[in-house]
Amino acid sequence: MREVDIVIIGGGSAGMAAAIGAYKQGCRQILIIERDKELGGILLQCIHNGFGLHMFSEELSGPAYAERYLNMIKDAKIEYLTQSMVIHLNRDKIVEYVNPVEGYAKVQAKAVILAMGCRERTRGAIALPGYRPAGIWTAGTAQRYLNMEGYLVGRKIFILGSGDIGLIMARRMTLEGAVVLGVAELMPYSNGLPRNRKQCLEDFNIPLFLSHTIVDIRGKKRIESLVIAQVDQEMKPIPGTEKEFFVDTLLLSVGLIPENTLGMEADIPINPKTRGAIINESYETGVPGIFACGNALHVHDLVDFVSAEGEKAGISAARYIENRDTQTKTEDTDHQFSILPGDGIQYVVPNVVSLDRMPDKIEFLFRVKQEYRDCILKVYGDGKLIRQWKKKHVAPAEMEKIILNQEEMKVVSDELTISLETS
Amino acid sequence: MFDIAIIGAGIIGSFIAHDLSKYDLKVVVLEKNADIASETTMANSAIIHSGHDPKEGTLKALLNVKGNRMYEAVAKEVGFTFHKTSALVVATSKEEEVILEELFLRAVSRDIPVSYLTAKEAFAKEKNLSDQVTKAIELPSTGIIYPWEAAFALMEEAVMNGVVLKRNSQVIAIEQQDDSFRIQTSHEKLEALHIINAAGIYGDQIYQMIGGKGPLITPRRGEYYVLDRQKDPLVSHIIYPVPSALGKGVLAVPTTHNNILIGPNSEIIDDKEANNNTKEALETVKQQIQKTVKNIPMDKVIRIFAGIRATGNEGDFYIKEAKEAENFINVFCIDSPGLASAPAISEYVMETILSPKGILDHKKKNRYLHRKRPVVMKELSLEDKQQMIKDHPAYGRMICRCEEITEGEIQEAIRRPAGATTVKGIKMRVRPGMGRCQGGFCEPLVVDILAKEQHIEPWQVAFGDEEGGMLQKTLKGGLADA
Repeated sequence: MREVDIVIIGGGSAGMAAAIGAYKQGCRQILIIERDKELGGILLQCIHNGFGLHMFSEELSGPAYAERYLNMIKDAKIEYLTQSMVIHLNRDKIVEYVNPVEGYAKVQAKAVILAMGCRERTRGAIALPGYRPAGIWTAGTAQRYLNMEGYLVGRKIFILGSGDIGLIMARRMTLEGAVVLGVAELMPYSNGLPRNRKQCLEDFNIPLFLSHTIVDIRGKKRIESLVIAQVDQEMKPIPGTEKEFFVDTLLLSVGLIPENTLGMEADIPINPKTRGAIINESYETGVPGIFACGNALHVHDLVDFVSAEGEKAGISAARYIENRDTQTKTEDTDHQFSILPGDGIQYVVPNVVSLDRMPDKIEFLFRVKQEYRDCILKVYGDGKLIRQWKKKHVAPAEMEKIILNQEEMKVVSDELTISLETS
Repeated sequence: MFDIAIIGAGIIGSFIAHDLSKYDLKVVVLEKNADIASETTMANSAIIHSGHDPKEGTLKALLNVKGNRMYEAVAKEVGFTFHKTSALVVATSKEEEVILEELFLRAVSRDIPVSYLTAKEAFAKEKNLSDQVTKAIELPSTGIIYPWEAAFALMEEAVMNGVVLKRNSQVIAIEQQDDSFRIQTSHEKLEALHIINAAGIYGDQIYQMIGGKGPLITPRRGEYYVLDRQKDPLVSHIIYPVPSALGKGVLAVPTTHNNILIGPNSEIIDDKEANNNTKEALETVKQQIQKTVKNIPMDKVIRIFAGIRATGNEGDFYIKEAKEAENFINVFCIDSPGLASAPAISEYVMETILSPKGILDHKKKNRYLHRKRPVVMKELSLEDKQQMIKDHPAYGRMICRCEEITEGEIQEAIRRPAGATTVKGIKMRVRPGMGRCQGGFCEPLVVDILAKEQHIEPWQVAFGDEEGGMLQKTLKGGLADA
């Protein structure tokens, strides 16, 4: 069996950045395995701009952003396989993949980085009632048809869910001559970035129906119309508020789910909140030597943050191998503590911190449960307040970040809690 | 002039076509939809019931018991999946235990394998049974099939042996002539000496075309949830509640592909085509399953669907020659246990109706072509997989990552007799789109393969029965009329 240092599963933004991170740390035996025809992942269908402001201080399109990383990969002569699908991964870090040239092949890695990205939540997953005709797609699939294959999925569109892909597709389809009749969002707030709400809906006079959901889908062969209704505080449709829209297409932008089927096979512990792996400060999962990053770990708002996370996971994986090769592994007698989401917080990444391996500072990423104004973000160590920040406005659509240094966390022995308190 | 025209290519029409293909007869199958197995056969519980449930003295009882015993052999012969998963009927009260005993005795009297389980024994077999369960019976001869695969396999072999399948051919009118029938379809006129009416939910309407007076179909809708595959599945047996006047109740059913079905409810509807899901019914299903099964992972739901049972208003299957017209044979009102009875229904038609007419005499073919089961890469040994990819690299190009389906398997599904012509046809035959992403990643790739294989443009590819393709041909400037 072939042996390499690091196998990276997925050659999108997270995987490419992870490869660069590992390379910078000195690792040379890196293999990226990508299922599509080329590296780049979902970036390749995101032809709008807005990528790269943090990473390159420039506004790039998705493919241009991907190309920057592809060039780094090529310059570093990092090996990658395309049209190759990983089908098995076990705890011993044997990765099995298939492609038309090699057939089924196995590679033994010293470390594995999970960078498979995420998938879109589907109609079935939200049990949307009505008929099941042609003309219903997730927004990302419609985006692929339009931007990569060159076909519009329909002429009269309605969009359920105000996630960023849905908002971007509202604008994109309008520019291509389709009519977008509206966007309905179950929550009382939009799930998209403010800039997308402004630039993709408001600028095109596309109505956004907050606290609305679809209660019926009509049309037996192709969708003919749909009915939306306002929902009450328990998310139940309010009778009498129904509105019918005559459309030929419904797009869904109702959330993203980290892709972790492979992880399931290796029994990698999953955080039920994020549906990504539970990780420590080094992006290492519950299985030693298997790391996770990007949207396979938790869903990000911006690709720049995915790349940053991927790079860190790559560095950690390379360090893991260095330590493994230079010293006999000592038993894990590390001083560890857990990170818990407190009041008003959906989840926090990472989930565990080992003080002994801790870098100077750690970045904690988290999402709040709902929209809050004028609140205080508090960090507690074993119940004692460590630090606090005033926040003017927070929303689930915008990932929050705090950075704590080693000094501040020294006092923590069991758990660190991040909470949001309204003043 | 055809000897026999079969109207409807559901599981019943497919079994009959397959049985008839063994004889030297000119047989045509007329299917209204773009593909076969598109209505009741498309959406049901996929169970081969043991035959313990139907009332004594009915055709349902006779043919279900028989059908169950036939499945293993016919599945092997034609090459489709049949798993004897076994089933538990669980009681949750003293009153239900009384009914359970009736079921037990009925099963014994029909020579159906059955045994009693205490609550403890039942829990040992299924850890997610609800805590209300007090007693159960096990019916080990109960099985599951993949109904689409069965229908496609049967029809494919029938077509290989000379049966003519006409899809997109709705029967509009039937004219009775001296010794034959003239059939007007949506495309053409055909003549046949015999008609077999296996039109499912439309069986009563087809019969009425020759002035027939028989039972009427009272469509009953059932709704389901589909759960994603899991390492530790919810159940491994079919779990039935004790039946009530409304039918078998809400079940938990493992599928041939290790998903779990939860459903169906039972609702009488007016519109035969109203296979839409409703919030109320889905809620009912969610509530009722709690009675028998706990720990249902609703976050693992990947799909909802609804099917329509072709229930007759007289209670039993309706299988007999029309009194109004000789050689017009009705085979409708096939609701549950229709799938389980299907091979026996076809045999019953052959033995008690067609054979006595003498039309099968001396017609048995000497040479019969057997179909080769399609390649399922996932099921091959590593060695066979490698050889397959070496010979045909398309079998190494993974298209659907959820279900692990390769380009080669999709091409094969299109190229085979009675092959797929639509995205839905591919989905039903080889399963891309059946997994957790529901086609989000693979559909554009499937469209591309369909276009190449059929020498059409991708925008012309249809999802299912819709007019024209599912995509728009042009971009900017082409949508001024939108």
